[in-house]
Amino acid sequence: MSTNLYSLVGLAAGVAFILALKGLSHPKTARRGNLIGAAGATVATLSVFLYVNPIHHLLPVLGALAIGLIVGVPAARKVEMTQMPQLVALFNGVGGGAAALVAIVEYLHLGAEATTAEVIFTVFTVIVGCVSFSGSIITFLKLQELMTTRPVVFPGGRFVIAGTLVAVLGVAVWVVGALGTTPLLILAALSLLFGVLFVLPVGGADVPIVISLLNAFTGLTVAASGYVLSSTLLIIAGTLVGASGTILTRLMAEAMGRSLFGTLFGAFTAKPQTASGSAEERPVRSGSADDVAILLNYARRVVIVPGFGLAVAQAQHTVRELADLMISKGIDVAYGIHPVAGRMPGHMNVLLAEANVPYDQLAEMDEVNPTFGQTDVAIVIGANDVVNPAAQTTPGCPIYGMPILEVNHSANIIFLKRSMRPGFAGIENELLYDPKTMLLFGDAKASLTKVVSALKAL
Amino acid sequence: MDAIAIISIFVLAVFVGFEVVSKVSSTLHTPLMSGANAIHGVILVGAIIVADHSRTNLELGLSLVAIILATINMVGGFVVTDRMLEMFKPKKSGGDE
Repeated sequence: MSTNLYSLVGLAAGVAFILALKGLSHPKTARRGNLIGAAGATVATLSVFLYVNPIHHLLPVLGALAIGLIVGVPAARKVEMTQMPQLVALFNGVGGGAAALVAIVEYLHLGAEATTAEVIFTVFTVIVGCVSFSGSIITFLKLQELMTTRPVVFPGGRFVIAGTLVAVLGVAVWVVGALGTTPLLILAALSLLFGVLFVLPVGGADVPIVISLLNAFTGLTVAASGYVLSSTLLIIAGTLVGASGTILTRLMAEAMGRSLFGTLFGAFTAKPQTASGSAEERPVRSGSADDVAILLNYARRVVIVPGFGLAVAQAQHTVRELADLMISKGIDVAYGIHPVAGRMPGHMNVLLAEANVPYDQLAEMDEVNPTFGQTDVAIVIGANDVVNPAAQTTPGCPIYGMPILEVNHSANIIFLKRSMRPGFAGIENELLYDPKTMLLFGDAKASLTKVVSALKAL
Repeated sequence: MDAIAIISIFVLAVFVGFEVVSKVSSTLHTPLMSGANAIHGVILVGAIIVADHSRTNLELGLSLVAIILATINMVGGFVVTDRMLEMFKPKKSGGDE
């Protein structure tokens, strides 16, 4: 394959990626867009084998590719849709790790003839790739709940983070000035540490925004690698992801009513939550499945607010059964979907679509909020933070300013909860103690099944 | 490649990247992020190139790890995005699913 042809194939792949992102922005073309992107990536990969011919170390290269396929495909195929956000975080992390490794190998290669620009871009990729890798691993651990989902803040934390950043930049200058393996390894280690420290103070609800930001970071590292490796394709692909990822991060932050700055640095200024020990003692009104069924039976309009708890309990099908039953009784039923219901924007739509809930019953927040005044019953299933009025009434609380579903305006509120444990953001919800609130404790699926049979019996 | 050409490509790609996703409903944020995530898996191309010209076992070993990671990123990313979007396929009302 000639150099010109190889470059043209790279250009075609770049165009495929643009079409992919364009397609992914609209519901009708999203799936096709993704397939176009996959085709572009496949063609780009195959073209390297034809261009660099014979390729050195061909067998080990093919072996590594096979291992990647054997690990990646089943992981993507088998993951539960509820755990999909952490898988995306993990994929992003390994991508950042790959970019960092490519840069490290390139760095070992750079001889005296290397230009300063090449060295700077290589070092940039090592730093940002390592930050993206370790940061993504922490977001994975948070989403998988292998570690606390609350912001991790320790005394003097901001000084430690600032110090680490200064150290990273200092060592970077050193590495650029004097090529050497040891300083590079120190730089990589410090960058990994910075990635960890950077993500630790981010609270659970803000984790998706950070994943999106790290995704944009990885894109930039790929673009920088493209410069060093003289690959137009990598420059185009990496820049596209970096730019669109930045916009997407901002859009997500807006959907959650957060400023990007506040998300990333809010934890530095937030005071640690004082444990509300007395909260356990406060009276709540809990009811039985029969109480809930009676309430629903005489309602004219019911809004179901699904949250991550619904997905954890795999209760999507049961909730659809309940909705169908209510509709057959002439009750007006809608699902109120918060933009970040679940663990990521749009996650809940995916989960409910999987359970064949009709599209026209899913109402977005802006549509459903004005209707809560005419709603007889709002059923909140495994959601907490997205209906917490503290977001509107308590300045200084971690979710303050986040738009919420205003279920507090409806005549009755039913919470299906496993326990009094606060939500992902770790904040007490006043609504649970409201006199018009009834709590139905237990596993969401078991509770819903009981409500369905009680409602059928009425 | 000369620096001006590279800067031109970079700047134009930034604007295209901004432009293509400027208006997207929050429903699609997750699949879009996941799809973009898969696209940066093309670092696989870079990993194969550095594997090709690695001279020591250390360089080869690191490149091979990079190939494994990049493949996971790219292939896994596209597959999981497709699975998410599969759920969005339009359903005819009164369909027999």
